[in-house]
Amino acid sequence: MHLTLEFGGGLELLLEKSTKVHKVDVPPKDGEGKVTVSGLLSWVKSNLIKERPEMFLKGDSVRPGVLVLINDCDWEICGGLDAELEEKDVVIFISTLHGG
Amino acid sequence: MDSAAIDGARQPPARMGSRLCTRCGERKAALKRPKTLEQICRECFYVVFEDEIHRTIVDNNLFNSGDRVAIGASGGKDSTVLAYVLSELNRRHKYGLDLFLLSVDEGITGYRDDSLETVKRNEIQYGLPLKIVSYKDLYGWTMDDIVKAIGLKNNCTFCGVFRRQALDRGAALLKVDKIVTGHNADDIAETVLLNILRGDIARLSRCTFITTGEDGPIPRCKPFKYTYEKEIVMYAYFKKLDYFSTECIYSPNAYRGFAREFIKDLERMRPRAILDIIKSGENFRISTTTRMPEQGTCERCGYISSQKLCKACVLLDGLNRGLPKLGIGRTKGVSGVDSDGEQQDKRSERDRSSLQGKHGNIDF
Repeated sequence: MHLTLEFGGGLELLLEKSTKVHKVDVPPKDGEGKVTVSGLLSWVKSNLIKERPEMFLKGDSVRPGVLVLINDCDWEICGGLDAELEEKDVVIFISTLHGG
Repeated sequence: MDSAAIDGARQPPARMGSRLCTRCGERKAALKRPKTLEQICRECFYVVFEDEIHRTIVDNNLFNSGDRVAIGASGGKDSTVLAYVLSELNRRHKYGLDLFLLSVDEGITGYRDDSLETVKRNEIQYGLPLKIVSYKDLYGWTMDDIVKAIGLKNNCTFCGVFRRQALDRGAALLKVDKIVTGHNADDIAETVLLNILRGDIARLSRCTFITTGEDGPIPRCKPFKYTYEKEIVMYAYFKKLDYFSTECIYSPNAYRGFAREFIKDLERMRPRAILDIIKSGENFRISTTTRMPEQGTCERCGYISSQKLCKACVLLDGLNRGLPKLGIGRTKGVSGVDSDGEQQDKRSERDRSSLQGKHGNIDF
């Protein structure tokens, strides 16, 4: 599934060359034809995060204080970890944990 | 759990945009407000976000018409949103304020130099005059120099003490009546917790005040006292505001980090926890037998101080004499500060509490 991922608020520093925008192709989990936010998080952890994954993830979710938007909509009203993604969705992760 | 949530779990997860704003009932909801759990659209969010800050300003009489106001601007999310919203509200509601951006250059290569570039862009974007004061000019030392001299331990103490004073000095240069800072509800809840954990009663009682320093030359206030960090970041994101977000290269500040993480964990389970911690902080009453530090002025530089010399002068003394540990830690009666024996006990108590000031990026 083709997705555009964007990392901001300092999260980009955890990725290779601190790139903010990533056009990616995320395969559905075996046996399921779909990609959920939960599945996307583990894919990001193994494929994009280069350092300090604990700044991004805590347990099986994002670290509290990291905001997630799916097509510019707060993931808290899109179903959270269970939200199903669709082709060409844009998913944005923004950390609120950096200095103000 | 309410029935809507249970339904939501059974049905396929709601696609974005499938829910309507609970406020206008017309547009698609874009975020869930942590404060009220309402799901509202972007346009309604702008309205309630800005209106709440306006109400906070009006209800607490933060400004008088004609005031010159310096916005403590670090280039980070909070102060950037504050500069934007305050200039909007000033226009919209005719506060009659003269607004300025005031930045402190701590002299941290690769961090503050970059964030100051953001503030310089904000100066143009919002049309607000910018004043930058530097540690180098004020104290003769950059933070890079200080870290070279003292290492990575206690450096946040120097930075916190110096920054607080630098903001005041910059504000005096700008001849402003007030300083506003971008401290948000999450920051304040965190500070309440930290002050409890440290038994710092003097700070516990004043850390929830929306305005502080009214007895001093330039009061400070926090228009974002009740504004959630999540909403500030959402606002900055939706409005595409230009802010800088990198951790200070010298700030491990682990203790505050734990408090911060704890607050965020609580928020996920129960977002109101943040406002409730602030409320608890506001309602603490200090017993009349608790001895509070008395305010005076520093004999050397004239800055407000509860001791003969202010903390910045003590720290600076240590740096200049090659004794950077001076004024750090809980040592009773630091030698060389003064030799007034009878005040020893009282002083070490004050030493301790003034040391436990806000450090790192939080002071900004």
